[in-house]
Amino acid sequence: MYSEKVMDHFRNPRNVGEIPDADGVGTVGNPVCGDMMSIYIKVKDDRIVDIKFKTFGCGAAIATSSMITELAKGKTLDEALKVTRADVAKELGGLPPVKMHCSNLAADALHEAIKDYRKRRGEG
Amino acid sequence: MKVYMDYGAASPVDPRVLEEMMPYFSDSFGNPASLHSYAFEAQRAMERARGQVASLIGAEPGEIVFTSCATESNNLALIGAALRYRSRGSGVVVSNIEHISILNICKELSKQGFEIRYVPVDRDGIIRLDRLEALVDDETVLVSIMAANGEIGTVQPIREAAEVAHEHGALFHTDATAAAGKVPLDVGEVGVDLMTLSSNDLYGPKGVGALYVRKGLRVKPLMIGGGQENGMRSGSENIPGIVGMGKAAEFAKKEMKSEAERLTRLRDRLIKGITEEIPASYLNGHPKRRLPNNANIRFSYIEGEALILSLDELGIQVSSGSACAAKTLEPSHVLLAIGLKHEEAHGSLVFTLGKGNREEHVEYVIRQMPGVVRRLRSMSPLTPEELR
Repeated sequence: MYSEKVMDHFRNPRNVGEIPDADGVGTVGNPVCGDMMSIYIKVKDDRIVDIKFKTFGCGAAIATSSMITELAKGKTLDEALKVTRADVAKELGGLPPVKMHCSNLAADALHEAIKDYRKRRGEG
Repeated sequence: MKVYMDYGAASPVDPRVLEEMMPYFSDSFGNPASLHSYAFEAQRAMERARGQVASLIGAEPGEIVFTSCATESNNLALIGAALRYRSRGSGVVVSNIEHISILNICKELSKQGFEIRYVPVDRDGIIRLDRLEALVDDETVLVSIMAANGEIGTVQPIREAAEVAHEHGALFHTDATAAAGKVPLDVGEVGVDLMTLSSNDLYGPKGVGALYVRKGLRVKPLMIGGGQENGMRSGSENIPGIVGMGKAAEFAKKEMKSEAERLTRLRDRLIKGITEEIPASYLNGHPKRRLPNNANIRFSYIEGEALILSLDELGIQVSSGSACAAKTLEPSHVLLAIGLKHEEAHGSLVFTLGKGNREEHVEYVIRQMPGVVRRLRSMSPLTPEELR
């Protein structure tokens, strides 16, 4: 059902946790739908220097959260905003069609976190 | 360790059953409709199997119609009876925790002009008999209430439900897929008109099922052809499968009592072990009036599919009522029917025990579960501080 890459990120998720003094936080989804994720970012010189996630959801939800943290780390904010849901799915070796919409929210959460950061800085 | 606890989804064929089936593939392969010794052999085997299946539920052999699966039996029972007896009324009453096949058949019947009414269940998953009484009237042609629910394990008061149906002259069908071979069922005692049975749930082969049709009743056939199975289900019979189902029914009858006692002990240990070891974990369904092999437990703050994947890595196979584990992306209608919120239904696991399970398997699951739940909770933004 899932690719080996998805299972690897599900088994050994990268960057799990919270950043208590995060510069931006993005939360998408809700528990009623079965998927909810929060992304925390630390920003320095317009670049994501640290990123962590917390996710309630299925294997795909956890794997996409883990993958987005890997993809975003070290990128400038503008670069990170260009990362799409499709990029996440592609990097994971594909996702089952039924999971493409409901559990592939990680890119949205990242974008929300960046928006939150810019809003806090008065740029939003 | 390999611990398969998903017997409700699929069961292995009992080796003794398989052995019984083997000659009917290549040696005794005759078609019972022919008129020679090969046919007679097939006829004898089929009638023996019919007797064995009938005996499991206290029926007469002539009241058993073989089908290809429980879903087909449900189709034949509901559509076949509703259409055959349409002149008696156009109302059909079912519970809201029926198997998806029954619920989708009802949608089809509704398109064909039948009025479908749904009986709710209480928080334990037992049908509300008072509501059933209010819903069944003289326009009702058929009532269908499952003997036991395969997901939350609740055993239903089908004798009382059948009485309600009969008081209004309606027929009573029960889907006994999950219940047969696990709890005693006697069609005479219960007062059933139609009963669905599955072979695989009795450790027989897949691809076979049966419908009990009380003597004197007929259902309109869905499969039109040469008139096999007393005209109610045409098509050359699957003799090896039928032989397998018969043998499986024979063992189910003989071994039901001891196996049910054994499974009940394992089930209760599993429920107690998990819910005591893991905070914020709860049993779904009735604590006592449940199938001997079913435990349905929900875990707050985490999601069922992630639990299934994690347990599979440890050699444990189970099911879930989670939306993410279903094609529909909706959580189990059964869990919603007993009043769980969506987010509660997402975190439920279904353990269905079977012949291969031993005490050490149950202890293994009890040992492994806390770590799996803790890991997923540590990742979840919903987990409260004290459980992290």
